Amino acid sequence: MKTTIPPSIKNDFPIFKRKIHGKPLVYLDSASSSQKPRQVIDTIKDYYEKTHANIHRGVYTLSEEATLAYEDAHRKVARFINAKFKEIIFTKNTTESINLLAYSLGLELKKGDEILLTEMEHHSNLVPWQQIAKRVGAAVKFMKVSQEGELVIDNKLFTPNTKIVAVTHISNVMGTINPIKEIIQKARSIGAKVVIDAAQSAPHIPIDVKELDADFLAFSSHKMLGPTGVGVLYGKQEFLEKMTPFLYGGDMIKEVKLEDTTFNDLPWKFEAGTPNIAGGIALGTAIDYLTNIGMHSIDQHEKELLQYAHEQLSKVKGITIYGPRDLKKKAGIIAFNFEDIHPHDVSSILDTEGIAIRGGHHCAMPLMKVLDIQASCRLSLYLYNTKEDIDVLVKALEKVRKVFK
Amino acid sequence: MDMYMEEILEHYKHPRNRGTMADADITFSDSNPLCGDEVDVYLKLDNKKTIAEVKTEAKGCAISQAAASMLTDTLRGKSLEEVRQLKNQFVFDLLQIHLSPIRVKCALLALIAIKKGIYQYLGTTFTDENN
Ligand SMILES: Cc1ncc(COP(=O)(O)O)c(C=O)c1O
Repeated sequence: MKTTIPPSIKNDFPIFKRKIHGKPLVYLDSASSSQKPRQVIDTIKDYYEKTHANIHRGVYTLSEEATLAYEDAHRKVARFINAKFKEIIFTKNTTESINLLAYSLGLELKKGDEILLTEMEHHSNLVPWQQIAKRVGAAVKFMKVSQEGELVIDNKLFTPNTKIVAVTHISNVMGTINPIKEIIQKARSIGAKVVIDAAQSAPHIPIDVKELDADFLAFSSHKMLGPTGVGVLYGKQEFLEKMTPFLYGGDMIKEVKLEDTTFNDLPWKFEAGTPNIAGGIALGTAIDYLTNIGMHSIDQHEKELLQYAHEQLSKVKGITIYGPRDLKKKAGIIAFNFEDIHPHDVSSILDTEGIAIRGGHHCAMPLMKVLDIQASCRLSLYLYNTKEDIDVLVKALEKVRKVFK
Repeated sequence: MDMYMEEILEHYKHPRNRGTMADADITFSDSNPLCGDEVDVYLKLDNKKTIAEVKTEAKGCAISQAAASMLTDTLRGKSLEEVRQLKNQFVFDLLQIHLSPIRVKCALLALIAIKKGIYQYLGTTFTDENN
């Protein structure tokens, strides 16, 4: 199958008009945060110019329109991952979605209970669990990561005491696609709840929470063409109904008396206070944009580019690539080191050529330890990247080599 | 490209005062969480007042390593008081390059570790990283 996404897609993204140090922008850091199409930017502008009022409050036209648009965005997200409207909670980002779970589910744990994570988690799917576990006296265990960057699934780690299994769908460092279906089934067999960190998967591949049978799934708007300041938490309705809220206040209540409160219906029970209305609505526009192109096409496009990038980078002398060698197990993220040049020096010099890649520990310090490196460079792909972007990168690496020779 | 001038690269490839010191009077380790740069500093004193010898062990980018190398070359014979009062600009003047705000942290890693070590030795707390 040939890729259906033409390079002209860059015209939809105003930022690509920008020059960096006089060079066209080559953006290879979408795993960190994606760029935004004009449609998303216009949605925010239009909303503030034509519709803004607080939601779920007024009965006047503006408030009604804002409420409907904000609720409609929840519906779009629900359809996007095959969930129900009541199962979609808007938060601030993936990190807040996971904190919501850590506080709501985690605080109910008891001494002796276990939380199972992996060594490749982003800090945001590690620190909340680690800290809540300390408070309640629960133990945190970790699935190991092999030198090839793949999860080592050890059945012994799934015990009757395991209450929560929290795993990233795709590694934000090495692009490893984890076998989450298998993990979900294992968790199911011991009665543990499963939390999927989909920050790196929801923007790139089709997700069906029913088919996965995931209990909870979290992702960020800003990594999928939407604005910053909006995150999503999906949870099975039967669990969300029983869970205690994480944040209390306005909008999440049905009736308040001085001595007690009845909480609002789902999903509002978990959305306390005035939310990021414009951001939520614009996430809806981002989802429309992605759906229009098709998640299968995006996935296909990135697979082809990944293969091309691997081939080209492998030809560069002095490159070490981390993560699975079998590209079928890998999404559009490549972690690498170049000679023994520090990733910050590599990315500083690439920046002078207009290229944006990440250098550092990628918020995954425990994984750096497993790989026995201090830091790495990372390039990540999205629908607007082209083979030409990779060619520019490969050429610029020779310039880096020259500076340090 | 002005960040990677000849002299910076020269210090990076051949860092001065590299190593550890078993009988140091002051030791301090610090790191930059952003990039994972790490530095260990060792100071030996004369009369508990003046810096007699200095060593650093550093892992990290060219900027942080070159800055550590250049800075340590200037410290012998300086009093603790003098070093404690060194301004960040002192390091920028040594490097003579334009640094983006994020790379400033790399450049200052060694200076701040040395100052923190001296403050600890003197029994006071280092507070002002931005002077
Ligand atoms: C796998 C993974 N989880 C969580 C996050 C945190 O996302 P956010 O910063 O939007 O909360 C990221 C972002 O880098 C990520 O890659």
